[in-house]
Amino acid sequence: MGKKIKFIQGNEVVVEAALYAGLDFYAGYPITPSTEIAEHMSVRLPKIGGKFIQMEDELASLCAIIGASLTGHKVMTATSGPGFSLMQESLGYAIMAEIPCVIVNVQRGGPSTGLPTSVAQGDVGQALWGTHGDHAIVAMTASNHQDMFSVTVDAFNIAETYRTPVILLFDEVVGHMRERIFMPEPGEIPLMERLRTSIKEGIDYHPYLPREDGRLPMSDFGGVHRYNVTGLAHDMWGFPSNNPKVVHGLLRHLIDKINNNANQLLRYKEYYLEDARTVLISYGASARSALHVVESRRRRRGERIGLLELQTLWPFPFSIVRQKCANAKYVVVVEMNMGQLLQPVRMAIDPPEKVYLANRIDGVFITPTDIRSVLRLIQGKGM
Amino acid sequence: MDGILDWGILDWKIRNPEIRNPKSEIEVIMAVKDYIRKRFFPHMWCPGCGHGIVLNSLLRAVEQLGMRKNEIVMVSGIGCSSRISGYVDFHTLHTIHGRALAFATGVKMSRPELNLIVPMGDGDALSIGGNHFIHAARRNINITAVVMNNRIYGMTGGQYSPLSGFGTLATTAPYTNIDQDFDVAELSQAAGASFVARTTTYHVKQVIDLLKQAIQHKGFSVVEVLSQCPTYFGRKNKIGDAVEMMEHFKENTTPKGSKAKKENPDLIERGIFVQKDIPEYCAEYSKIIEKVSG
Repeated sequence: MGKKIKFIQGNEVVVEAALYAGLDFYAGYPITPSTEIAEHMSVRLPKIGGKFIQMEDELASLCAIIGASLTGHKVMTATSGPGFSLMQESLGYAIMAEIPCVIVNVQRGGPSTGLPTSVAQGDVGQALWGTHGDHAIVAMTASNHQDMFSVTVDAFNIAETYRTPVILLFDEVVGHMRERIFMPEPGEIPLMERLRTSIKEGIDYHPYLPREDGRLPMSDFGGVHRYNVTGLAHDMWGFPSNNPKVVHGLLRHLIDKINNNANQLLRYKEYYLEDARTVLISYGASARSALHVVESRRRRRGERIGLLELQTLWPFPFSIVRQKCANAKYVVVVEMNMGQLLQPVRMAIDPPEKVYLANRIDGVFITPTDIRSVLRLIQGKGM
Repeated sequence: MDGILDWGILDWKIRNPEIRNPKSEIEVIMAVKDYIRKRFFPHMWCPGCGHGIVLNSLLRAVEQLGMRKNEIVMVSGIGCSSRISGYVDFHTLHTIHGRALAFATGVKMSRPELNLIVPMGDGDALSIGGNHFIHAARRNINITAVVMNNRIYGMTGGQYSPLSGFGTLATTAPYTNIDQDFDVAELSQAAGASFVARTTTYHVKQVIDLLKQAIQHKGFSVVEVLSQCPTYFGRKNKIGDAVEMMEHFKENTTPKGSKAKKENPDLIERGIFVQKDIPEYCAEYSKIIEKVSG
């Protein structure tokens, strides 16, 4: 852990982490509660020779970073719910054309304009199925600034390794909250670079022919290999194809490269799960309240209760959830929506009836008291 | 400006090699072939479509400027016109509907030394992509936008576009179109483009000339090329086949500032509308980097 301590806002942590990961191109559009990311980027990037641009809308922001990624840069954009909705079409493009990029969604209350300055976790499902068509996606989150830093660096590493967009689903509370963070030293967290083709000029380069391990060596735009990039179903040259075999192979590749590597993408934290009879499953800011409940109940009454904090939400870690909750009598999903992660947790756990929801959807941060009152109902015990 | 005639002679000379040609003409033809991806021909445009003329002119412009293929990035959106990017041997990015200029902005900004050419259809550029169009123009980023205006959505089968114009017919305007159209040249000027020109597929030498000037221009350049869609616009509006539509271009356009325009204000002007030297976006950002870094 680094020696340099800072006391900064979550949105600024994202900026620091992205720069640590090697980001040098950012495009964005102002939207609460993510705007500080753009503001800090506009200050920091030109100082290191990077580029910042404020685009005309969120549609254009994601398009611009995809363009910049193709020329060989590490790229990111940040937004909130309404902007994330606008980005869905180009998100699909980045998936289809396999362009590494990181999209930060600092979640606020929805739907529509909703509650711009209030917290929610209502975009979890959208991150998975927001863009049309069959696909796989990587979405990650964190509950405190130290984790935000490492998860953001991870997001860049994953995007570059698997040539995929990675979504960071933070929320208003972690985004705007200020807390202490130990800034990692350079080299402390390993960084991944995208695989670049070793094929020499003049030799036929197949931009969309995966290696055996599913990875695609890339050639930067402006380099010696000229190829076509398209959002249409395409063959190994990147040319449009509607050949059923080609299309099937492409879709399987896009989905398998994520799902087959789910173990490498998996990040989670566990607290007191060894003996837990009640397991709380939470993520993002909600996990802070959940952890508070777990620790106070263990301390005050020695209750066997633990917390599984998920950092990778998609692909959903079914086996970890199943394994960690195997001995639990009650499983309670704590989140600020109507149960968007409750569904996959119920799919993972047998019997699903032992999974409950502790939630809040009124724009107010879920408190330990909210969680306790749900626990009281479930456990049938007075407090 | 005798475009058709000129092309006929050139083709005839190629087919009859015993006729002695000036060497340069042959070289041009061979070179243009070098700029395409033969693997992906024949192209998907309808017989008589004007877009092939724009493609050919564009390649001639690039060839005459002596540009290397590796230094050109072509970004396109969705529509008939946007398929042009698949056929050329540059770095090509076939993106989503209307947003080609946003992708191009990212490419240009991250690698300013690359030359960006963005062919767009009228619906792609000015309906779904209208916002990106005016903002790219406002920034004056060094990108060449080619608006291939056939006044119709061809790919989806002939619906009216924002450039179809009042009183035209389309499959979604069966009782005549009541939508007013944009004037691409005026819109681009108002939005801040520093090079704006217009011509037609009939005036093929002018297309090449204007594209050359647009590509060389430092700033956002717009070249509107009126292109014929005989399959949908021509047939629906009873203008006739491709040849008749091109004759229509010949008869209804006039060089900018000509006497004919004063006599008949309905004529569409061809030529350069704006050509000015104002700060270019990427160059200005480089100055900021220089100022604050180090």
